[in-house]
Amino acid sequence: MFRPYRDTDDATVRIHFEGQALDVPAGETVAAALLANGVSVFRTTPVSGAERGPYCMIGVCFECLVEIDALANRQACQIQVRDGMQIRRQAGAVAAVP
Amino acid sequence: MSGFDVTVVGGGLVGAAIAYGLAGKGLKTAILDEGDIAHRASRGNFGLVWVQGKGHGRPEYATWTLTSAELWHDFAQQLQDETGIDVEHSNQGGVFLNLSAEEEVGHRAVLEDIKRSLGNRPYSFEFMDRAALLDWLPGLGPDVVSGCYSPHDGHANPLKLLRALHQAFQARGGQYRPHHPVTAMTAINGGVRLTTPDGDIESAKVVIAAGLGTQRLAAMAGLYAPVGPNQGQLLITERVDAQLKLPTNLVRQTGEGGLMLGFSNEEAGYDTMTRPVLLKNIAWRCRQAFPFIGGLKVVRSWAALRIMTPDGFPIYDRAPEMPGVHVATCHSGVTLAAVHAQRLPDWIAGAALPDDMTCFETGRFNVQAVS
Repeated sequence: MFRPYRDTDDATVRIHFEGQALDVPAGETVAAALLANGVSVFRTTPVSGAERGPYCMIGVCFECLVEIDALANRQACQIQVRDGMQIRRQAGAVAAVP
Repeated sequence: MSGFDVTVVGGGLVGAAIAYGLAGKGLKTAILDEGDIAHRASRGNFGLVWVQGKGHGRPEYATWTLTSAELWHDFAQQLQDETGIDVEHSNQGGVFLNLSAEEEVGHRAVLEDIKRSLGNRPYSFEFMDRAALLDWLPGLGPDVVSGCYSPHDGHANPLKLLRALHQAFQARGGQYRPHHPVTAMTAINGGVRLTTPDGDIESAKVVIAAGLGTQRLAAMAGLYAPVGPNQGQLLITERVDAQLKLPTNLVRQTGEGGLMLGFSNEEAGYDTMTRPVLLKNIAWRCRQAFPFIGGLKVVRSWAALRIMTPDGFPIYDRAPEMPGVHVATCHSGVTLAAVHAQRLPDWIAGAALPDDMTCFETGRFNVQAVS
């Protein structure tokens, strides 16, 4: 569905989405990197369980939330990819009380 | 006379609730509102439908609040029937959390005073220790000395309430006119003329429910209705599965899962900026009550302006010099929405204010000015 708007021979970093390794351009946001790799469902909602993915890409809509390195509810469009990053979909609301 | 039976000036929770009730009586009703940049306490509200502690020294206010809380369930159901909007009302009770022994003693004394002042009217509350509250409020921390549970309390989503009231008002035939600030008010034969930049609007009656604009507008009808801003700030966290089944005076969980952390009370004029030191204090206190909040992300914070009278109680009055003009203002637009929609329309249609509510007339401020 998405492709890079320019050719790039920038360095890549290796991230992991749901355990699967992806080599993506350094400096991209998590949201852009996942979209470019065909990921459209980033989470399901706390209330109805509906599927959600990035919408605004500028940090406003909070639709693109994912779990990054075991921390939930992170805005994928506001965070740059980092080598070794572990990203997971989140399902519904995250438990708050340990 | 052409025009409206009633024009309500102000489209916040108070004005919209009254207008919705008036339209339900078959009265041809209009709301004149300002635009999106109006001060709008209705959009900054914490969302409690709250009874315990209100009306200390003024049992009429405790009664009015209690009546509204009792009517709220049917009121919310009716709004949902008419609009399809669930305003997320819950009336399972609420808990006032005491973080010190002194706080508990003070709160208990206030509630016992109010209960005594209400005579036979049922007024229930129960102080419980932390362990007994954990089923309702998992994660409650060891610093919580006790909580006072009252079955009269509850909460709702204030944004959905405002939207539902507007939608239901218009579905009942009411006319909503934004960007219509009122610049003059004139008595005419059989009613009142309101002047706005978009032309004059005539109606048999007028209700001024304009929040912080109430004082200026009431003065046009010769009524002294003093109100001023009181700033409140609050925060909301990410959406989580926290299972907070009841609202508290510090924290409530919204229907979507976010935790609202409240709230400050500050005299700051018309300043609507948040201040880090206040937000920090709010977060600190809420984390004291629920330590797990320390691990949550805050996604928004904001400030809004409450509409406060000098004694903190509402104003309901008629202007003696300009027949047909009514004033209604308060700082509890969510809690009182049900009585505003269901009880005030009769008064505006011509019935006398019930005896126990004449204490909300503006004469009380003139007496204070004299003494």
